[in-house]
Amino acid sequence: MTDFPNFQWAQVGYALLTLFIVINYGMVMTAVVRKIGARVGGRYGIPVWQNYVDLLKNIALRSKISHGVMYYLGPVFRLTGGVGLLMFVPTIYGSEWHQNFSYAGDLILALYFVFFGTLGMALGAGESGHPHSAIGVSRGLAQVTMAELPLALGVYALSLQYGTLDITKIVAAQQGSIFNWTLFTNPIATVAAMIAFVGTMMRSPFDVAMAPQEIPIGPPTEYHSSYLALMQTNRALFPVAKVVIYMNLFFGGATSWAEFAIKVFCLYMVSVVIGVVHPRFRVEQSIRFFLKWGLPIGVLAILVV
Amino acid sequence: MKDVDDKFRKNTDPVPMREELKPRSVTTPDGQTIEIEPLRDYFCDARPKVHPKAYSKIVEDFYNWARSNSLWILGFGTGCGAIEMRPLMTPRFDAYRYGIQWRPTPRQASLLVISGYLSVKTLKRAIRAYEQMPQPKYVMGLGSCTINGGMYWDSYNTIKQLDDYLPVDMYVAGCMPRPEALLHGFMELKKRIRSGKAEGANDYAENFDRYKANQKAVIKDWDMPDYNW
Repeated sequence: MTDFPNFQWAQVGYALLTLFIVINYGMVMTAVVRKIGARVGGRYGIPVWQNYVDLLKNIALRSKISHGVMYYLGPVFRLTGGVGLLMFVPTIYGSEWHQNFSYAGDLILALYFVFFGTLGMALGAGESGHPHSAIGVSRGLAQVTMAELPLALGVYALSLQYGTLDITKIVAAQQGSIFNWTLFTNPIATVAAMIAFVGTMMRSPFDVAMAPQEIPIGPPTEYHSSYLALMQTNRALFPVAKVVIYMNLFFGGATSWAEFAIKVFCLYMVSVVIGVVHPRFRVEQSIRFFLKWGLPIGVLAILVV
Repeated sequence: MKDVDDKFRKNTDPVPMREELKPRSVTTPDGQTIEIEPLRDYFCDARPKVHPKAYSKIVEDFYNWARSNSLWILGFGTGCGAIEMRPLMTPRFDAYRYGIQWRPTPRQASLLVISGYLSVKTLKRAIRAYEQMPQPKYVMGLGSCTINGGMYWDSYNTIKQLDDYLPVDMYVAGCMPRPEALLHGFMELKKRIRSGKAEGANDYAENFDRYKANQKAVIKDWDMPDYNW
């Protein structure tokens, strides 16, 4: 399965470099998105380096309160989900440096890692003992599970279409022209997966897990200082890692960091733009939405392929 | 004049403990019988500790810079001053550009703004919110009511001087202070944090007995642990 003979220790360093670039990119991008939101609202908005200052402040807090082992492991699992997702997916196609640890079956592993962080968070937030955490996590799990359905169906349609579970090969098949992208060769699977994408980006209308005005602020209610800093890092990393998967599967991947930056930003803005014009779904509404629209489109994608 | 006038109180001394806070045995849905003691089970009642500064001055200064540029305010409004905080989030004053943000949970907040008069009932909640915040934490008193009682000077049920009960880092005078005054207060607080003088949380831990005695002198129905996280 894996070609271990080709493994070189330098790859570890290259992968860490990818991680470093992606975290910093995520930090700046989320701040820029918030700044754009502020400008649209007529405000000046936060400075673009605000995320770094917040992170540093949380690390610098002096008192920490732990609610137990799982409470401690929750953010760790969450970050593991983000890092793992990025590590096993080729970030820059054709680059020896940023190929990471992708191997023949990495698509399945990526699907697993998308879910992994939420599960870890459920265990951690559950132990914190705050009712808002438990409510937020149960809502989040229900919603992510449902959003996973169209994603999985779309991805299986893709692996049928390309006859492989290797993300690198799927990206390779889309090179050459913009019309080789899955977006054009298999639009139905793309639509199914994009429904899941919008559903898991923690933005309105699917932000009932956090629901700032309702159950302040859901799962991370009890998290503070370094625990929160870990989760902030993941908040910067995880959306970018998820967008990287979508970019690789449906939008032709990226062959350079510039292309990466532009494509990730555009894809991220899809969820932002949908978020600002739609009010929040209740959890049963979002589940119904995924079952009513996501699931049939996903099944159709499989049937058409 | 005493802070709270006892002659307006009902003659119920000591105040009986609320039913739901008494220790009791409960039968769980699966048939087990367990002993619960709400005041011990839900809270950690360890005393607050004095947390030392970072070993190196350069590191501490760097941390203080970060703390001052990332003030997270607890979304907790008492009295009429809470209405003055809302314009700060909107385009006219936009406090976000100074790194000031609002957080919904005390665990993630570093600044507690007591925005106006504080009735004894609210003082209890303010103390709990304050104690749940991680160190270092700052308190800002907004309006004359927190300084000397203001127009509630002879009220039977509001406290007059906030720093008897919580360590206050910054007062903003006025009735009500305008949002500009509030912003100015935040800027002054930032200077204080950067100079390393804003050690209210350590002050609270050092003089814990004095603060608790003051708090218990006005809060008659004290039905929580002395220190609750």
